[in-house]
Amino acid sequence: MANLESEFVGIKSPNPFWLASAPPTDKEYNVRRAFEAGWGGVVWKTLGAEGPPVVNVNGPRYGAIHGADRRLLGLNNIELITDRPLEVNLEEMARVKRDYPDHALIASVMVPCEEDEWKRILPMIAETGCDGFELNFGCPHGMAERGMGAAVGQVPEYIEMVSRWCKEATDLPVIVKLTPNITNILHPAEAALRGGADAVSLINTINSITTVNLDAMSPEPMIDGKGTHGGYCGPAVKPIALNMVAEIARNPETAKLPISGIGGITTWRDAAEFIALGAGNVQVCTAAMTYGFKIVQEMISGLSQWMDEKGYESTADFVGMATPNVTDWQYLNLNHITKAEINQDDCISCGRCYAACEDTSHQAIEMSEDRVFTVKDDECVACNLCVNVCPVENCITMRTLETGELDERTGKPVEADYGNWTAHPNNPMSTAAE
Amino acid sequence: MSNTPFSNGIQAARLDSVELTENFGDLHPRFDDHEALVASDRCYFCHDAPCMTACPTDIDIPLFIRQIATGTPEAAAKTIFDQNILGGMCARVCPTETLCEQVCVRETAEGNPVEIGRLQRYATDKLVDAGQHPFERAASTGKKIAVVGAGPAGLSAAHRLAMHGHDITVYDARAKAGGLNEFGIAAYKSVESFAEREVDWLLKIGGITVETGKKLGDGLSLEGLKTEFDAVFLGIGLGGVNALGVDGEDKDGVDDAVDFIAELRQADDLSKMAIGRDVVVIGGGMTAVDAAVQAKLLGALNVSLVYRRGKDRMNASEFEQDLAASKGVRIITNASPKGVIGNGAVREIELEYTDNDLKPTGQTVRLQADQVFKAIGQTLEGEGLPALEWGKIKVDDSGRTSVDGIWAGGDCATGGDDLTVTAVAEGRDAAEDIHAKLSA
Repeated sequence: MANLESEFVGIKSPNPFWLASAPPTDKEYNVRRAFEAGWGGVVWKTLGAEGPPVVNVNGPRYGAIHGADRRLLGLNNIELITDRPLEVNLEEMARVKRDYPDHALIASVMVPCEEDEWKRILPMIAETGCDGFELNFGCPHGMAERGMGAAVGQVPEYIEMVSRWCKEATDLPVIVKLTPNITNILHPAEAALRGGADAVSLINTINSITTVNLDAMSPEPMIDGKGTHGGYCGPAVKPIALNMVAEIARNPETAKLPISGIGGITTWRDAAEFIALGAGNVQVCTAAMTYGFKIVQEMISGLSQWMDEKGYESTADFVGMATPNVTDWQYLNLNHITKAEINQDDCISCGRCYAACEDTSHQAIEMSEDRVFTVKDDECVACNLCVNVCPVENCITMRTLETGELDERTGKPVEADYGNWTAHPNNPMSTAAE
Repeated sequence: MSNTPFSNGIQAARLDSVELTENFGDLHPRFDDHEALVASDRCYFCHDAPCMTACPTDIDIPLFIRQIATGTPEAAAKTIFDQNILGGMCARVCPTETLCEQVCVRETAEGNPVEIGRLQRYATDKLVDAGQHPFERAASTGKKIAVVGAGPAGLSAAHRLAMHGHDITVYDARAKAGGLNEFGIAAYKSVESFAEREVDWLLKIGGITVETGKKLGDGLSLEGLKTEFDAVFLGIGLGGVNALGVDGEDKDGVDDAVDFIAELRQADDLSKMAIGRDVVVIGGGMTAVDAAVQAKLLGALNVSLVYRRGKDRMNASEFEQDLAASKGVRIITNASPKGVIGNGAVREIELEYTDNDLKPTGQTVRLQADQVFKAIGQTLEGEGLPALEWGKIKVDDSGRTSVDGIWAGGDCATGGDDLTVTAVAEGRDAAEDIHAKLSA
């Protein structure tokens, strides 16, 4: 059986599944339950400065997007960092780490952007025996209004500066948690690297309003008739997170910067996808908040089974294996030609492919009087929409045309050679047009 | 409780009132909101959907299901009622497994269709229960139309005509409107007086006067109606019951299934409904099953349903057959009654086995019976009707009969299956034709 033991920036854990800094990791009680359930590591709920802790709203803290049967697809929260005194958290962290020395315990930290604040608190926290720090530059709500969280994460110079302070203040690994609420994820990632950070973790939550209460005419979650933007997470954000992870992993300057992948990870497969795109481990929150800590058992068994099937002995074996295949549009092979094919044995004649193609695409599907649907190869541009709207998996597939085979749409045979936009005759900037 | 299922003869109160209430409860309880959302999410919103084509009233099923899925069941109900004003009853009695749900692509793919019937009921109940009528009458045309028969065809025609601004008088022989919805289907398909509430709701369109206790040949004449009204629609159903044609048919305890069903539907207290210990129902249609199942639910010890051909030829749908079997009705196929035996009252019925071509085999069997229900079909009754074909009033696609100014639809007319939903479609379409003709 595959060995899931994980080492991320020198921090060991029994598996690559960490609980992200969030409500599930706010207390000793929860964290002990998490470790007992099988989680490899925990990023403790973000600690703030000494003194009176922050307060949270007393109305709803979460808003949700549901799919069929109330499956939770997206969650939004306006909860702040821990609202318990620093000393209480530190005592509990020390006790947990003492009892679970083999599990990863990371302290998430957020204090005002002042050098002495960071340099004073990190050594204090380090006394708990924690394995490393995660700098919370990501929370987009509440704390950002006070110049912390995403307010720092949106200014690469601040990221670099604070990262440097922290590296000067501790020998423990420093992970910088990035906000996705920026235009280009590479800027904060590069800043973290320049500041000496050991790794980045991403994504934090996305600015969002989940729904509008049409009776009260207020955003949800609504507190006394008003709402504020919250941080969006859960399965719905996974594609955004995957792209940002891939951008950092394939960028030459940041390619070697370790990444802890976060964003909608719900199953072993999600985790494997993040790792394949370059994440050294993953962090989970919404799935645990939806289903409880036990869900990690499926992630562990699923990832092990898949790794066994593929012959991977450790997760390090496939970290970043998909990264080289993430490229720019301009390098995609324009001579690779496919056509949709409908398997008539599997087709249930719902006609969704027809409606989608006829109304919104290329009129490339024909419908007979007795509801047989066929692809018109001379119209099909291989957009794949029919595949995506078909309710039967693998009923419609894309067939790759052989070299030399006629593309009925263009009337030209398929070329053998790779050819992309950079050399295409229609490209005014074409390098091969000389 | 004085009686039990074992008490001899035709007796009331074989079961206590708790059991009776439970037995005659809703066959398919209505979806709650969440169940409806989950069920509606299964619909693929097919292009040119097969379910729509299969519906005799052409309800836009994918649209109404999507309206449920987006939290607007009232709009869904409007979509249904646009095509089928008795969509509430049809949701309860339609043999969906041979209509919309049979052709649902998910039935084809998984043997598990979208539950269209129950979703339709969910939507229509919302409006009917709230007493909201979603249609308004057009300005009065001053035209007067007579509708004879307040069953599904007549009510459907009356509503559509009233909507177009005509003044409608609906006549019915019974004391109450509703026709088979009110008198002819099993109680567990129309609980809480649904048929009656549905008629009240339908009449909210206005412009419809219902006169009960009047039938052709008894207070009404076709000639008189023709003179008094601008048009006449006949939805008189099939009033006669076929006889068994065997010796002993006149003995006490040999009854028409339709009368039993009607009496049961109008009963205020089911514990006063008498039923035999050993009941035999002759016939293979929906009426036979409704009678057999309800006999069992009233507490009859043994109920046998006897059909002269094979199971696959029964008019009762497979669902109905399974329902009967699940309630403990014994279904005997390939057997015909040969004689009713008894001294004054029926004691036994003799059956002869027949092959699929109805050829007698010479093999006979006797079943103990203190009550026999006849359900071998109904026939059109009435004198001086427009021209008939195959025993029914001959109509064209618009419901026009051989007599100018007289339309007909529902079970009394040719065309279509004898289903509630077909009657609704025929009534509606005839109404549109009447309206077009009167507006010309």
